[in-house]
Amino acid sequence: MVAGAQPMIHMEQLCHSYPGSGEVLSHIDFTLQRGEMAFLTGPSGAGKSTLLKLIACLDRADQGQLLVGGVNLRTLPRRRVAAFRQRIGIVFQSFSLLSDRRVFDNVAMPLVIRGLYPGDIARRVRAALDAVDLLRAERAFPLTLSGGEQQRVAIARAIVAKPELLLADEPTGNLDPALSAEIMHLFRRFNEVGVSVLIASHQLDLVRRMPCREIALEQGRIAAPAPASP
Amino acid sequence: MSGRRGGDRPPAHRRWLSAHGRACFEALGRLWRQPLASLLSTAVLGITLALPTALHVLISNLGAVGSDWQHGARITVFVRDDVADAALGEWAAALRSRPDVHRVETLTRAQALAEFKAYSGLGEAVAMLPDNPLPATLIVTPATGLGTAGVEDLRLALEKQEATEEVLLDMQWLERLSALLRLLEQTVGLFALTLAAAVLVIVGNTIRLDVAARREEIEVMKLIGAPDRFIQRPFLYSGFWHGLIGGLLALVLVGVALLLLQTPVERLASSYGSDFTLTGPGAPAVLAVLLGGCTLGLLGAWGAVLRQLRTVEPA
Repeated sequence: MVAGAQPMIHMEQLCHSYPGSGEVLSHIDFTLQRGEMAFLTGPSGAGKSTLLKLIACLDRADQGQLLVGGVNLRTLPRRRVAAFRQRIGIVFQSFSLLSDRRVFDNVAMPLVIRGLYPGDIARRVRAALDAVDLLRAERAFPLTLSGGEQQRVAIARAIVAKPELLLADEPTGNLDPALSAEIMHLFRRFNEVGVSVLIASHQLDLVRRMPCREIALEQGRIAAPAPASP
Repeated sequence: MSGRRGGDRPPAHRRWLSAHGRACFEALGRLWRQPLASLLSTAVLGITLALPTALHVLISNLGAVGSDWQHGARITVFVRDDVADAALGEWAAALRSRPDVHRVETLTRAQALAEFKAYSGLGEAVAMLPDNPLPATLIVTPATGLGTAGVEDLRLALEKQEATEEVLLDMQWLERLSALLRLLEQTVGLFALTLAAAVLVIVGNTIRLDVAARREEIEVMKLIGAPDRFIQRPFLYSGFWHGLIGGLLALVLVGVALLLLQTPVERLASSYGSDFTLTGPGAPAVLAVLLGGCTLGLLGAWGAVLRQLRTVEPA
């Protein structure tokens, strides 16, 4: 990604629709600065997940402009999509861990894809697991862990390759309030070391306890003005 | 470390080798961890590849039989009655110097009559004849490796000789055998093509099921930025291993069949006075079966994985 003053995410008049279900996102204007942490909020069906999918290039917007780290995702060739995705970290509500692989191997996967030295992979995986306080579980299989632990493994996998942008789609949706707060503080810690973070969540009480900008979506539109953080 | 001057990643060629090594052994490991499914699919491949291999071996051996008998082909030249024994001997000597002649035996009229008396049981009847009715004979054995056409040329050359009364050579059955072998070779070629298509389908289906079973894993890999070639590689190696093991199994099956048939075939051959023994596929054929198996496995996997990955979201 292009470093410098460019915003991490910049979208203008972004529209998207799914066949048969009309416009899911309508004329979205939004900017996330580098090093900023923000929340996308709104009820189910508001378009939060769709917006994250567009930002992660898991889907393509129908109209408008979308730049992520200076990369224009509307014109990004298909063959470059994988390389783009390697530069961001994604965390899902469902954890998306591979149950037949150990925690270590799950977290190592992004580094294996990049072809790092095995020694570096081991060092960075352990550092990531240490950051989420799960170093002791490196040889465990995901299904033997609690929901909160599995989500922390997913976060370790998302941050192990040192992404500039971390996206999370309802990362605490399956967790109790105490664990949810713990996970949010984890995101905050990564943000404090310079990682831009955008989290989609419908848990307003949790979001509003965090000192971050909130972008509220309602029926595919930004419901309230969303100024960039200073 | 000198290999780390370029940063935290090894040089491109080492990354390439490492990725292939990892995918290769990962695919082999998956086969090992699912022994029953792997055994079934490779057994089907092995049997499929064994059929054309066995037919090829059969044709090679039939060819050897034909060639063996062709070497034993003899041209019988009946000599005109007015040719003296001395002239017969000179003619035989001249024939022996020909490069297309291996051996010449002479049988004078008197020798022919004596043999007839001795072996026919009609000695007394023959003695009553006023004259010897039997012609002098030359039995000509063609040179080894002369081939059907060469033997025919030699026959024509002998037929043109002034002293020749008649030439006998029963080549028809050899020509028929040769034509039959050619037909069989072409049939095996077509058969092999059909079975190659079957191998593609079998491997393709195996890999398709494998992709379907690992759909979730592929989705996750795509989400975290794995390029298609990274995802495809283990499946391609899986096809390669299926083809290689199938090829090895085919060779084992053919080898076992040859072992079982060796003794009965030798017994049959010896009853015809031949020392013929069955021969195996030979190094080029072994290599062709293994390489063919690997190539077909790779192609089948490639077709299936390309088609299947398109159906896995995200793109």
